[in-house]
Amino acid sequence: MAASGWKRFARDRIGLAGSVVVGIFVVAALAAPWLAPYDPTEQFFEGLTLEGSPRPPNPEFWLGTDLLGRDLLSRLLYGARTSLIIGVVANGAAVAIGTMLGLIAGYAGGWLGGAVMRFTDLMMAFPALLLAIALAAIFAPSLWIVAMVIALVNWVQIARVIYTETRALAAREYIEAARALGAGHARILFVHLLPHLLPTILVWATLGIAATVLLEATLSFLGIGVRPPTPSWGGIIFESQSYFLTAPWLVFFPGIAIMMVALAFNLMGDALRDALDPTQRGR
Amino acid sequence: MRKLLVVAAALIVALPLTVSAQTKQGGEMIVTYKDDVSTLDPAIGYDWQNWSIIKSIFSGLMDYEPGSTVLVPDLAESFQISEDGMTYTFTLREGVKFHNGRELTSADIKYSIERTVNPATQSPGAGFFASIVGFDQVVAGETTDLLGISTPDERTVVFQLSAPNATFLHVMAINFSFAVPREVVEEYGADFATHPVGTGGFRLAEWTLGQRLVLERNPDYFEPGLPYLDRIVFEVGQEPTVALLRLKNGEVDILGDGIPPAQFEEVMNDPANEGLIVEGGQLHTGYVTMNVNVPPFDNVLVRRAVNMAIDKDRIVRIINNRAVPANQPLPPLMPGYDTGYAGYAYDPEGAKALLAEAGLADGFDTVLYAMNTDPNPRIAQAIQQDLAAVGIRAELQSLAQATVIAAGGEPEGAPMLWSGGMAWIADFPDPSNFYGPILGCGGAVQGGWNWAWYCNEEIDASAAAADAMVGADLADARLDLWRSIFIAIMDDAPWAPVFNEQRFTMHSPNIGGDDSLFVDPVHIPVNYDHVYAVSAQ
Amino acid sequence: MGRYLVRRLAAAVLILLGVTAITFALSFIIPADPVRMIAGRSATPETVESIRQQLGLDRPVWEQYGSYLLRLAQGDLGRSYVQKTEVAELVWSRLPATLLLMAGAIFFELAIGLPAGILAARKRGTAADRGIMIVSFAGVSTPHFVVGLLLLYVFAYLWGWFPMSGYGSLAHLVLPALTLGIANGGWYARMIRSSMVEVLRQDYIRTARAKGVAERSVIVVHALRNAILPIVAMIGLDIGIFMSGAVVVESVFGWPGIGQLAWQAIQRLDIPIIMGVTLMAAAGIVLGNLLADLIVSLVDPRVRLR
Repeated sequence: MAASGWKRFARDRIGLAGSVVVGIFVVAALAAPWLAPYDPTEQFFEGLTLEGSPRPPNPEFWLGTDLLGRDLLSRLLYGARTSLIIGVVANGAAVAIGTMLGLIAGYAGGWLGGAVMRFTDLMMAFPALLLAIALAAIFAPSLWIVAMVIALVNWVQIARVIYTETRALAAREYIEAARALGAGHARILFVHLLPHLLPTILVWATLGIAATVLLEATLSFLGIGVRPPTPSWGGIIFESQSYFLTAPWLVFFPGIAIMMVALAFNLMGDALRDALDPTQRGR
Repeated sequence: MRKLLVVAAALIVALPLTVSAQTKQGGEMIVTYKDDVSTLDPAIGYDWQNWSIIKSIFSGLMDYEPGSTVLVPDLAESFQISEDGMTYTFTLREGVKFHNGRELTSADIKYSIERTVNPATQSPGAGFFASIVGFDQVVAGETTDLLGISTPDERTVVFQLSAPNATFLHVMAINFSFAVPREVVEEYGADFATHPVGTGGFRLAEWTLGQRLVLERNPDYFEPGLPYLDRIVFEVGQEPTVALLRLKNGEVDILGDGIPPAQFEEVMNDPANEGLIVEGGQLHTGYVTMNVNVPPFDNVLVRRAVNMAIDKDRIVRIINNRAVPANQPLPPLMPGYDTGYAGYAYDPEGAKALLAEAGLADGFDTVLYAMNTDPNPRIAQAIQQDLAAVGIRAELQSLAQATVIAAGGEPEGAPMLWSGGMAWIADFPDPSNFYGPILGCGGAVQGGWNWAWYCNEEIDASAAAADAMVGADLADARLDLWRSIFIAIMDDAPWAPVFNEQRFTMHSPNIGGDDSLFVDPVHIPVNYDHVYAVSAQ
Repeated sequence: MGRYLVRRLAAAVLILLGVTAITFALSFIIPADPVRMIAGRSATPETVESIRQQLGLDRPVWEQYGSYLLRLAQGDLGRSYVQKTEVAELVWSRLPATLLLMAGAIFFELAIGLPAGILAARKRGTAADRGIMIVSFAGVSTPHFVVGLLLLYVFAYLWGWFPMSGYGSLAHLVLPALTLGIANGGWYARMIRSSMVEVLRQDYIRTARAKGVAERSVIVVHALRNAILPIVAMIGLDIGIFMSGAVVVESVFGWPGIGQLAWQAIQRLDIPIIMGVTLMAAAGIVLGNLLADLIVSLVDPRVRLR
């Protein structure tokens, strides 16, 4: 099944396109030092107009410059590393934690399930921004701290949804049947329940990329996370958004980048799920 | 018989800026702000937003001529200063009424200042009255009676100082001394902040928390014909970019937070805004402090090198030329500013040479703190790049305001700190206010605002001497002394002054008034009492 | 059912207590001194100490927490450090606007997201499906500030269809709620599409179609009923999230919700307000998730309340 699954995935052109796009972004992130036309932190005198405003895309700076006269293209390339780690790793961790907890709580039910869900409520009410400020004052800011805070805070949403879905699934007859046939908990969880939850997991794994990249900007603003002048896509948007009416390229290009990465993972994930799903025959 | 030196005769202020022979009263003005107004208690209000609103609701013994920094009596009809400068006698006007109808007496003045000094009020301004006899006892909680203030009769207030204080008249014009009615304060307690009653030209008509605050003209105001506006409406919670759009739409009259940086260039270049934007100076300086406790900033050569490394013109350009480069601690509008001083020119090579002389030819690593709201991170990054060009590798810590202030107040907390967004705008237009809290030994304490931790005993002594020079005949000599004090400080270079912010006030065509009212150095954003509605004329 | 509610209520109290404890602890870790903020920049050390004593901030952490809880039990949320106004009054005054925006936002999220997602599910694989998905991702990738500003610029400033800012009528609600609906509708669209695709593949759907049930009925009665469960969970989450306010949308449209209050308080480290807002948000979260659980068990009776 695995071999035929991969073959089907490879044949799905859209999914392949998604993988290619993801690949391009990853390569761009890794090869930024060679690909970027300029130093991402260099503030150019010609980067700003005489009155001090950023310049739109032009032959010298292909995607325009930012509020300090730095080349936007270079900053996007270098920022890919930060944003991909946040969007994929931090979000991925949040989704994994949330799925596990939601799954176990939904399946176990009773007091255990209730307790886990009440813990989830508590974590949802957790003042994350205050935590960010507290951490910023104690630790040297870094990408990994903000990734950790995001993972700590974002898992609750998918946990709730997975929990609800799991409880609905677990109540179905075929689960009872499987148990009657002697299937162990692990088997039920991973073979019978999890595949049906993949669509939901996929939603959070892909849309979540966009949401977490933007969230990282807010947390970095509060002091944890990447330190200026290190670029990140969310950070560029955050510091330029009030200039949207006069310098739209500063929001547009990073926004497109975020959207493309999230979409690409979405297409990839869709194709992957279709390929692995035994009930799926063609379209 | 002690000779009394009469300093000021009875003056009823004749407004020098007559717009027309008779400016009619009437009309409404709408001002927008992003933040909610915090408190209208004159003893407590200390942010630039409520400062001028409080000035319109309350009055003090002294005030400033509209649009200028010249002191004139307000609640006082006249005053006299003793020859030794330790006794001030104020005669109150007759017939001044609080908004609740009761007439003002000298007891109210004494009560109001005692209230500010009383630790139970938690006033941030208590320290301004430290020169009054009996201050220490009240602050220590031993008594509520400030013995240095006496009221021989209902219209006379006498202040006894423990030492001559050249800034005392400014202190009598500051919000913390404004008159409040005891009975209303006792009725409302801490809620007086939202139920202010004073003697000013406007009284509070309505306050919906988080949405709007409305002031209406006080018909019994002791200045006849003033204020001109019938009502002022403050709408809060407004994003500055949206406020600008609303102003263009005719919905708003004044942008309380100023022209948003994002639209600044567009607005200035728009011919339709001709005459609607007034530019003026502020009593502000933005500077980088260098903590003299933290090596290598304990070496004056390094501090001078930093001064020479910063390209101030470029930074001013980054903020759309909304400031002028600064070369000394005092802003140009401040008396005592040295117009002839050249300061440290931008000279990266010279900076590198100085660093080499200090034994740091390879540069060094350090940390630069800055506040996180725009444009401060940008300015800090520009400074960071300039420092890197001479070999100083500064890591940037862009944090919330409270955190940065706390770091600055630690003895070795912040090696370098960009003051933008936090400090320093003068409390009153006198050079001494630019020294004490931020450059004086008294401010170099835990939690203080002297983030350079600079303490020069000689200069401290000079400053004290300057502030003891009371009297109009000593005024020039005093300013000369202050001038030399700040030049001496620049020689020591605990700061690298970067720029003085200019103010650009934009108003709708509906509001009229002399230009100076829109960039009044004491009233921000505009002088509420003296602007008028064009539609009512 | 009654016992279930009692248990949830008891849990809610524990959660609120836990939240206060966490927030209190965090506020102590932050090195910034609130007394310094209150005392201002010209305060003498004596004034600072006096203020510290009056606010009880010189007492040990346990004592402070204890007296906070005691006052909380009496409904006293303390006074803001900066504004001196009672926190309860500040928070309460913002509650109606917050609830209204929450309702409007959820309405638009569903009104935009559900039809789009169902359409995408039914036309799976076609250009319409791809198009809807791209728009969904675009919405989620765009910051609220930009969506709000664009809507305001076009519909309020240029065309004048709606007021530019403020609070007071339904007309004022449309643009801010629509901003949130557009920004977040993508989640609902994507989710319902996934869910529907999954459900539409099930055997009982084929059976219904084979039995000749009308397509619309198949969608609405059979498919939607099962696909809606995760959506219900998401609405519960949204209730909780919006109870913390939507600071960006509120400030763009001058909407007096709790988000602006909270953000200002965080910037100034005004702990009493932060505590009050966090409590209110926690109450909203608990309530939202409880409602979601109740509705889920109503929609799908096989899911028992436990």
